[in-house]
Amino acid sequence: MLFRKLTTLLFVPAVFSLIGQEPTFGGAARGGVNAAANATAAALAGSKEDPAAVERGSKLYASNCAGCHGVTGRGGAGAPDLVRSVLVLDDEKGILIAPVLRNGRPDQGMPKPQLSEAQIADIVAWMHVQTYAAGHRGTYAFLDVVTGDPKKGETYFNATCQSCHSEAGDLKGIASRYEPFALQSRWLQPRGGRGGGRGGRGGPASPRSVVTVTVTLRSGESFSGPLERIDDFGVSLRDSSGEYHSFFREGATPKVEVHDPLKAHLDLLGKYTDADIHNVTAYLVTLK
Amino acid sequence: MKTPRFLLLAAFATAPMLLGQALKPSDLLKLPTDSWPTYNGDYSGRRFSPLTQINSSNVHTLSLAWATRFAPGGGGRGGVQIKSTPLMVNGILYFTSPNHVWAADARTGRELWHYQYPPNTGSTIGNRGVGMYGNWLYFESPDSHLISLDARTGNPRWKVEIADPKLDYTSTVAPVVVGNHIIAGIGGDHLDNPGFLQSRDPETGALQWKWWTTPRKGEPGIETWPDEYSAAHGTGQAWIPGTYDPELNLYIVGTGNPNPVMAEKSRKGDNLYTCSIVAINPDTGKMVWYFQPSPHDTHDWDAVETPVLIDGVIDGQPRKLVAQASRNGYYFLLDRATGRRIVSTPYIETVNWAKGFDAKGQPIPDPAKFPAVDGVLVSPSSNGATNWQAPSFDPDTGLLYVGTSRSYSMYYLTDTDDRPEGWGGLDQGVGDGGNALLAIDYRTGKTVWRHDWPSGSGVTHMLTTAGKLLFTGNGQNLIAFDPANGKILWHAGLMAAPSAGAITYLLDGKQYLLVAAADGLYAFTVNQAR
Repeated sequence: MLFRKLTTLLFVPAVFSLIGQEPTFGGAARGGVNAAANATAAALAGSKEDPAAVERGSKLYASNCAGCHGVTGRGGAGAPDLVRSVLVLDDEKGILIAPVLRNGRPDQGMPKPQLSEAQIADIVAWMHVQTYAAGHRGTYAFLDVVTGDPKKGETYFNATCQSCHSEAGDLKGIASRYEPFALQSRWLQPRGGRGGGRGGRGGPASPRSVVTVTVTLRSGESFSGPLERIDDFGVSLRDSSGEYHSFFREGATPKVEVHDPLKAHLDLLGKYTDADIHNVTAYLVTLK
Repeated sequence: MKTPRFLLLAAFATAPMLLGQALKPSDLLKLPTDSWPTYNGDYSGRRFSPLTQINSSNVHTLSLAWATRFAPGGGGRGGVQIKSTPLMVNGILYFTSPNHVWAADARTGRELWHYQYPPNTGSTIGNRGVGMYGNWLYFESPDSHLISLDARTGNPRWKVEIADPKLDYTSTVAPVVVGNHIIAGIGGDHLDNPGFLQSRDPETGALQWKWWTTPRKGEPGIETWPDEYSAAHGTGQAWIPGTYDPELNLYIVGTGNPNPVMAEKSRKGDNLYTCSIVAINPDTGKMVWYFQPSPHDTHDWDAVETPVLIDGVIDGQPRKLVAQASRNGYYFLLDRATGRRIVSTPYIETVNWAKGFDAKGQPIPDPAKFPAVDGVLVSPSSNGATNWQAPSFDPDTGLLYVGTSRSYSMYYLTDTDDRPEGWGGLDQGVGDGGNALLAIDYRTGKTVWRHDWPSGSGVTHMLTTAGKLLFTGNGQNLIAFDPANGKILWHAGLMAAPSAGAITYLLDGKQYLLVAAADGLYAFTVNQAR
């Protein structure tokens, strides 16, 4: 026999999800406040600086430094970018930065600020949060994704999505359950983190997205249920009674039919325009 | 090895030693069968072995000779991921994980020594292995030092800083030895710091040359940046070992993405020489030619994938070629003396980010697919159509084997400042059109056969042999294919997914297939009837 049935009550975790391809460097994103002007809460936490000192430093920076170095510290006319500054990056606890803040750099046009040692320490703390925020993708925050036309989105939805979804049914109140960014992520890929890329996950998988499989033996006997695992050499499933079944595979034997209820979502990836996506999101956010 | 090693040993002998471990740089010029002396086995990057003892007729009998797990403390599972391609020289294996180097007996898997680099704050995302020169090994640390070890003992000889770790550089590259040059790339693209490749003296670690991956004032290519400042912060790290043509004396290597990675507002232009294939004279550090797979990249598509050297025939003429299946989804075939394009074509069907090709055959990026605040749907994802995982070229089939994913991501701009920094954006995977092993005709870039995986990542390592075999992995399986037609001939389930490219070598007349998977090495041989 080319295959043999194994029946066991062992629990085998599902491994159908992609084994992550290695990103070059870095981590994943999570939601938060606007990253452009302010470091996120995640950046503040990750930097391990004292939040109160950073808060004071932010105000001191704004009134003493921002005029030349820009409100985000990224430089201005004639004044260097502080976030990319080698001196700031090399600094630990103000050892390098503090002398500059005490004395200024008159030869390079930087006047001597009037700051106490405590105030200098607060500005140093704020600067370190800025460099941490720029360099750590995991602290970035997504911005506003609701830019589309809800009427066009509704038209697209009615033409494309209505065979499986409805405003009054499964999507009723969906905009109350998800923030707009999470909603866009979720409707594009309801299985959450499946696939490449680095961004945040869309949340837990819905029971409706469970992949099922039917295995038909040469004898005609067949087994169906949620897919536990599949590769070129084996397939396993759990049937409606909860019993686990595992089969060897060799080529087309036994016959294996995998049913992914989200295949329609994957097939659409090659068809959407970006406007379609933004319009559908704009429509879905109206379904409070 | 057939060269008089004792001469070299005598030159280096200062301490009690195991005999016969040294590697002459000139040995790297041959196609080895009794060793695997450099990252890709030889300089060509083909990862093709002429060995035939393990072959398509007997591969069904391939069986485990030994398996060993390695941990920082010795024994047990220590979270180690061996992403290095092991070297095998004179019966000894040398391999790494971040902060760790091991030597093991290639006949038995027994650990000979273990070197641990002191704790540091560098990223431990991976380490691709060591380079070897004589009795010396070269290893890059997460905090960007180049360390030379005595291969006989694992004792460190010296270390030199190759990049400032406080600027968020981190180093993962297996150094490449060319003559008396230790060529070291670096990594790290978090904070818009300059990218460079450098060469170090094998005896002292002294800097021989440094090549900046972006031009400086007055240099050619500076016109592809708004100003010197943006070029100097343009990154472009060469974080995968390159290949070398001894006749042309060219070291050919890919460079990584420009910075800020996804926020392009402050770096309009092609951003040379990021996301480029460049040919460097290893004696001078001067660039001889370049080709840019991703001009003005905004999707993190490092063009670092191994540039594979192929001596082929195009339109009836023998040609010296270099091929790359690039992370951006395009296949490129170039003349390796000049860098001129022969073929540019997508190798995954889902690619949707370019508006055609420029006069040089480089894709023209579509501005509508630059990351946006509300997201744009692009294939491939930032992980790419392929990635650093090693491809293989089989001269017998004329096919390049590449692990691929037809991935999609939504690319979001998160930094709308006029002076964006760092990544400035993120992408979020939204699924894929499948993962496949592709067998690509090097002359055309067309897929001759494909194997679609039922599950698991498609971006995996390849090895081919003259025994008419192609080895790769899927999930935890190590799998042998017929390279001509994609038929599966053998597999073995390991305790983890293969985490680096498989290698093969002849030892005591026996051919071994060796692969790293997580914290383990697995060696396979064909059993002979007694």
